[in-house]
Amino acid sequence: MNILVAVKRVVDYNIKVRIKPDGSDVDIDGVKMGINPFDENALEEALRLKEEGIATEVIAVSVGTSASQDVLRHSLAMGADRAILIESNADLQPLAVAKLLKSIVTREQPSLIILGKQAIDDDAGQTGQMLAALLDYPQGTFASALEIEGNEILVTREVDGGTETLTLALPAVITADLRLNEPRFVKLPNLMMARKKPIETINAAEFGVNLDARLKLIQVAEPAVRKAGIKVGSVEELINKLRTHNGILEGV
Amino acid sequence: MKILILAEHDGLQLSPSVRQAVTAAQFWNSPVHVLVAGHNADAVIQQAASIHGVERVIHANAAHLAHPLAEDIANLIVSISEGYEVILAAHSSFSKNALPRVAALLDVAMISDVLEIKAENTYVRSIYAGNVLTTIQSTDAVQLLTVHGSNFAAASLGANNEISSTVIASTEIVGSEIVSTETPAAFKKASWKSEVRSQSDRPALGSAKIVISGGRSLGSAESFEEVLSPLASKLGAALGATRAAVDAGFAPNDIQVGQTGVVVAPELYIAVGVSGAIQHTYGMKDSKIVVAINQDPDAPIFQVADYGLVADLFDVIPALTAAIR
Ligand SMILES: Cc1cc2nc3c(=O)[nH]c(=O)nc-3n(C[C@H](O)[C@H](O)[C@H](O)COP(=O)(O)OP(=O)(O)OC[C@H]3O[C@@H](n4cnc5c(N)ncnc54)[C@H](O)[C@@H]3O)c2cc1C
Ligand SMILES: Nc1ncnc2c1ncn2[C@@H]1O[C@H](COP(=O)(O)O)[C@@H](O)[C@H]1O
Repeated sequence: MNILVAVKRVVDYNIKVRIKPDGSDVDIDGVKMGINPFDENALEEALRLKEEGIATEVIAVSVGTSASQDVLRHSLAMGADRAILIESNADLQPLAVAKLLKSIVTREQPSLIILGKQAIDDDAGQTGQMLAALLDYPQGTFASALEIEGNEILVTREVDGGTETLTLALPAVITADLRLNEPRFVKLPNLMMARKKPIETINAAEFGVNLDARLKLIQVAEPAVRKAGIKVGSVEELINKLRTHNGILEGV
Repeated sequence: MKILILAEHDGLQLSPSVRQAVTAAQFWNSPVHVLVAGHNADAVIQQAASIHGVERVIHANAAHLAHPLAEDIANLIVSISEGYEVILAAHSSFSKNALPRVAALLDVAMISDVLEIKAENTYVRSIYAGNVLTTIQSTDAVQLLTVHGSNFAAASLGANNEISSTVIASTEIVGSEIVSTETPAAFKKASWKSEVRSQSDRPALGSAKIVISGGRSLGSAESFEEVLSPLASKLGAALGATRAAVDAGFAPNDIQVGQTGVVVAPELYIAVGVSGAIQHTYGMKDSKIVVAINQDPDAPIFQVADYGLVADLFDVIPALTAAIR
């Protein structure tokens, strides 16, 4: 059984991105980039399934510019067997990415496809579900636990108000939540070794799918920032301050 | 032009966020239809039909919709999608699961968690964990979106008499027409197995007037409960938590506040031993008044707090609890 994992290159989660002065887009020139955190969980889960002897091969796929090679190297260093870059310089939106991933799935025929539940740049949370729909595969989104039983996978999902468990027939699409696992650290020697491994590169145009942006960016802006308030010295002072706001401590 | 809203419910109660979606839908000034998919969810149908501004409630009744799968919801929406130019729902784990599937099947983009509708195809939403607001324009013929519930007032309840002439089946209090629709055959490759619902007699996190959130510093599940519960009871508050607290097993996953959890905007938010990472503040920065209690005077949470108290939470919370009657 092969597992395909989709990894996206995004701005590092610790960085507070800035916008260009003319508000035309975000300014990520020279900003630290890395693998989307949820995709690290996706990859970690695939690697564990391989280590348990359930999976035989783990393939990492990224869609983006040649710069995305770095997250594929990172994936190889974590333990992925192969890496594929679908290269495009366009700003691809979830539907276009899903169509490209579908093409790779058709070629590789994995039994399981794991994505992150959301990319922390666009915060869309759509690609996995879109891919599942295009493939007519079952989906298990926001997964916090997986268990493979024969030709089926049990997925525990984090939903509003608790969790739910679904049974999906393989092949299936999973999107990983952060609690699925704790991703391993990449050791330096592994990173060095990964530098020498090949990355298969395919031009996105070769797949012949419509990659047009459906959403046009009009402008970006900074949200109104909350003003820092004051420090109070004691519990009494805090309560007195709160009582100045009508209704907040009503009845207490 | 017509608008379709996907309703969320638990078989008995319509989610309050559906009324917020109805308000958002009024932007287009077109007939609003609400799809209720379920099994014997008659009470929910009546609730949906009594929302002002809803012209029609579409009822899909089938045994396999008792615990609806994204696959079945998506196939159902696609089967009735003809003639709808806008398909929307309140942003929740239910709609996030199903609607991207609809988008792919209809070959249109989806716009997640819309904060503001600017024009009939132009929206404001946030990216980068709330650090940036983008205005985007959809070029698709069908607009498919989820809306950020708390940014839209809930539509009022009551009879919708203007359109009562088209009533097909209704009780006296209901003005919207209720129509049944055929449900496509169940998707065979997935099935619902079980669920764990968090039990709590506290108000729901998403709609509570006061939210008290605890961080990793609470130390254990026992102390999370012991320290925060009495204060929550006194204030009638809901409890929230940071990811670190949830990961450590101090609190259940569904009360995580932030980018990957719930977004709340209560009247009063009390952050207890919370550092204030951007992923956390994403979920609470629209609260009216924010109080932060942290022993580190430089904790970033103080930058978004109206009132900060630099102190040990294990002293302050019991004292605060005692001081409030
Ligand atoms: C992709 C991604 C998504 C994420 N999503 C979320 C999310 O949705 N929600 C979320 O919350 N986090 C999220 N995080 C994690 C986030 O970055 C922070 O790690 C997390 O919010 C920190 O939780 P904390 O404040 O409890 O812990 P810490 O950062 O460890 O802070 C503990 C705080 O408690 C204070 N403290 C310690 N002892 C005491 C005491 N006795 N009295 C008073 N104060 C004390 C300390 O000064 C410190 O400020 C996400 C991270 C990533 C990478
Ligand atoms: N350009 C990309 N390359 C590889 N994977 C991607 C890309 N965009 C999105 N994904 C995958 O889809 C998930 C959800 O992304 P999104 O729908 O954009 O929030 C991510 O966590 C990735 O696993």
